[in-house]
Amino acid sequence: MFVTPQSMHFAEPLALQSGASVRDYQLAFETYGTLNAERSNAVLICHALNASHHVAGRYEGQPKSEGWWDNMIGPGKPVDTNRFFVIGVNNLGSCFGSTGPMHANPDSGRIYGADFPVVTVEDWVNAQARLLERLGITQLAAVMGGSLGGMQALSWALQHPERVRHAVVIASAPNLNAENIAFNEVARRAITTDPDFHGGHFYQHGVVPKRGLRIARMIGHITYLSDDVMNEKFGRRLRAPAPAASQDALPLDGAGQSRGVSASDLREYLYSTQDVEFQIESYLRYQGDKFSDYFDANTYLLITRALDYFDPARRFGGSLSAALARAACKFLLVSFTTDWRFSPARSREIVKALLDNDREVSYAEIDAPHGHDAFLLDDPRYLNVVRAYFERTVAQGLRHV
Amino acid sequence: MSDALLMRSIAALVPRGARVLDLGCGDGALLEHLQRERGCSGYGVEIDDAKVHACVQRGINVIQLNLDEGLAMFEDSSFDVVLQIDTLQHLRNAEVMLRETARVGRNAIVAFPNFAHWPNRLSVLRGRMPVTRRLPYQWYDTPNIRVGTYRDFEALAGKNALKIVDAFGLQDGREVRFLPNLRASTAVFRLERG
Repeated sequence: MFVTPQSMHFAEPLALQSGASVRDYQLAFETYGTLNAERSNAVLICHALNASHHVAGRYEGQPKSEGWWDNMIGPGKPVDTNRFFVIGVNNLGSCFGSTGPMHANPDSGRIYGADFPVVTVEDWVNAQARLLERLGITQLAAVMGGSLGGMQALSWALQHPERVRHAVVIASAPNLNAENIAFNEVARRAITTDPDFHGGHFYQHGVVPKRGLRIARMIGHITYLSDDVMNEKFGRRLRAPAPAASQDALPLDGAGQSRGVSASDLREYLYSTQDVEFQIESYLRYQGDKFSDYFDANTYLLITRALDYFDPARRFGGSLSAALARAACKFLLVSFTTDWRFSPARSREIVKALLDNDREVSYAEIDAPHGHDAFLLDDPRYLNVVRAYFERTVAQGLRHV
Repeated sequence: MSDALLMRSIAALVPRGARVLDLGCGDGALLEHLQRERGCSGYGVEIDDAKVHACVQRGINVIQLNLDEGLAMFEDSSFDVVLQIDTLQHLRNAEVMLRETARVGRNAIVAFPNFAHWPNRLSVLRGRMPVTRRLPYQWYDTPNIRVGTYRDFEALAGKNALKIVDAFGLQDGREVRFLPNLRASTAVFRLERG
């Protein structure tokens, strides 16, 4: 499936939760499949921290350009684009085509940088709703997302209950706990204390706070994996000796496959405090380097803050049940047993609040070893439950419209 | 006794339009039947991945939970009827789950294989654990980790101050009200908090 990114311009200001607003902004998006005559088969996919509107398919002439949820969405896939019209949209403040901190503020003509207003999950949902209006979609068959994307799906059900028939919330949470905010704070401090950050206005200095971004990504990456997976993939294995010229952070080809004792396991320690000794170090450095090449530092700050701020129960005295009373749609929730960043207990809180309100909900708790990352991987139990939900429940709704 | 017969017998006990929680709902067939034939609504609880999938395929609301971890997710008296159909015998904490069932539901319906059914007694008299259509497993590989009798359950209900509204045996799709502990392979109880 070849796809083409699109962009839509919004001149009129979007009022944000903070009281600020943005105007003259662009939203990058992609669509897959065909909107039916009744306009009843639209499915919105919400992305998490470092993903984009490029959810599925490939760009022509770019063989390795699969979308980030290409195993889930496409022709014949669990979310079947032969049946559903699927929309991916890059959120405001992100760095993949929608207006963000690296773009010019129309009020001043200068790059936003640190002045890009703080955006929340609720703001993103409102921006997405505007895009859907332009596309002529008044009601979504489903809104779906994992992690932070799941928060947006949940928020859709609360902010625009009449415009959503189903919400699919995967590996998500009703808010971040203190530990989660703590990880975000470490990541942010790594960025903001990088001398190249320049208070968020690094663009005019012609530098990028790559050191901070690398460390932010490294710590994030640790939290997306489980202890078991990390041990299985890397264990205490030593990094294979590499030619001196390319000493730094090579990709670990086949790191996951090398079971048993290899030559590098038996080599002497380097007895160095700064060289890469273990495979896990090499892996994290590689991930950090890759990330710092394409991700915007201010976007990282904005998106982690949006995660921190999300808490629909807050206005209801902390009662999630009271907050979810507004939801009218049907829900599917999925969590993964080894996900300690967005643990099953957090998904169960959402399920309980829906049960308290007598809402239609199904919940699958997948016993997968991969930690938070599991929501992007190919576990057949997970993919089959989502497929069954879309085939049976979401598609059934199409006939009634 | 076939699942279909048990299902129809149980369904007849559930009031029309009831909000139902089905603990150990399997593939969701009973809930689907209750929704379609008796206008009920509700949720199933199931631990097994394949069965959860089957429920979603049927369009039945299903919550994947281990019942041995309790029913903390469900509020007191939040269901008209809580079903435990062929579930009790698989639970480590069968008594706790019985109390939880009574807490969450205004009514509970519990059905399980009656170990005191006469062919089972005969088998034990001969010195061997029974292997029957109703209890088709060998003693060493049975998932039925709690084997009890109709009488045993009466005692357990009494111990937990549960009122037995109705109780009978089921055999070959028929209610057995005369000597059910001897004559029925399945025991059925309708309970309320006392």
